[in-house]
Amino acid sequence: MDFLRPVSWADALAAKAERPGALPLQGGTDVMVEINFDARRPEALLDLTRVRDLAEWDTADGRLRVGAGVTYTRLIDELGGRLPGLAQASRTVGSPQIRNRGTVGGNLGAASPAGDGHPPLLAGGAEIEAESAARGVRMIPAADFFTGVKRNALEPDELIRAFWTAPASGPQYFSKIGTRNAMVIAVCSFAVALHPGERRVGTGLGSAAPTPRRATAAEAFISAELDWDGRGPLADPAARRFGELVTEAAAPIDDVRGTGAYRRHALAVMARRTLTWAWNDHRAGAPAGSGREAS
Amino acid sequence: MRVNVTVNGSHETVDDVWEGESLLYMLRERMGLPGSKNACEQGECGSCTVYLDGVPACACLVAAGQAEGRDVRTVEGLAEGQPGDERLDPVQEAFAESGAVQCGFCTPGLIVQSHDLIERNPAPTDAEIREALAGNLCRCTGYEKILDAVRLAAERKAAAK
Repeated sequence: MDFLRPVSWADALAAKAERPGALPLQGGTDVMVEINFDARRPEALLDLTRVRDLAEWDTADGRLRVGAGVTYTRLIDELGGRLPGLAQASRTVGSPQIRNRGTVGGNLGAASPAGDGHPPLLAGGAEIEAESAARGVRMIPAADFFTGVKRNALEPDELIRAFWTAPASGPQYFSKIGTRNAMVIAVCSFAVALHPGERRVGTGLGSAAPTPRRATAAEAFISAELDWDGRGPLADPAARRFGELVTEAAAPIDDVRGTGAYRRHALAVMARRTLTWAWNDHRAGAPAGSGREAS
Repeated sequence: MRVNVTVNGSHETVDDVWEGESLLYMLRERMGLPGSKNACEQGECGSCTVYLDGVPACACLVAAGQAEGRDVRTVEGLAEGQPGDERLDPVQEAFAESGAVQCGFCTPGLIVQSHDLIERNPAPTDAEIREALAGNLCRCTGYEKILDAVRLAAERKAAAK
């Protein structure tokens, strides 16, 4: 095994082009587990923690561009107000030590159906900035990024540079089922984001299908149902129907963490609850980014 | 491969490091620093917690090569003074006095993580202590004595300032 440690983004892209089998390494919270347990022996590790650009975030064209190497801890501390749904999800990742090292970029690279960062990225309409030395940058919508269990849309010579997402324009919530408050891989999870300017609700399901995915029928239903102008109350039947449609978007399996039937039930409950919290915040005129702790 | 790293203030060069090796393995097996404990090897237990550039991390999930040029501080580096005339950190003293150490295997990780908590938050609430230590497992104490130790250490550090 080789250990590649580029210090610039250009060098990192060149290394990945030359060695497509090299496994990118950020905080190590997924990759090192596989190596420690002999579950994976890549021909090379491509350590990206020396590439300073990746650990930075910025705003451009009204959107946030968050480098693939920004840790969950920094995301919570520095961007929690602008990305409340993702910050709530980040707080449920592992433990403080894990959040000090783990990154959304690494989460995307691993592309686990249970990755906590994915549902908020889907609900918020994020895009993933991928780059290769040969073809340059391409933007991949989060909804197109996950292609199978632990598979993503990256080509072998591509690396994740950043994700782009708009700061919250309305309330956002993330909810997750697990056996305790720390060190939990989601049994299932759900994210909701209100986009009042577009009169639209975004969703993201985690650990409920081969990939993280949106519940598009649920989004269309509730976006049409909500009283955006009058900010009237959310009718209980509408909230329940929203939960049912979210459940219909899922394709969960039975596994060690839970049964498919339980996951469906839990998704319906989480969808109804998080939507209710978000809509009540919106009705109360809560500014974007004021979402309560809800995980 | 060769790794150059500063550990507990001392510049070290380590040779013949395997590319897939963890920082924890390098510390314990190549550098004679067995204080950080090796238990789960997957970040679940926190017993290998060390400071990496001042930020607590599970050493089992840091590749040794990622520590190149970085600053590592282990539980062995918390005491002050020269060998033979060391004074334990107040967190270490509080753990010993409070009965927060039983079998002792989780203790180094808990001490490093508690040390960081008190550095950042000199008067943590019980909820903040529980949150800070959520990634450190102890199978002996039931945690109550550990909470006592952290509270005691925070009080002593505050009084000493």
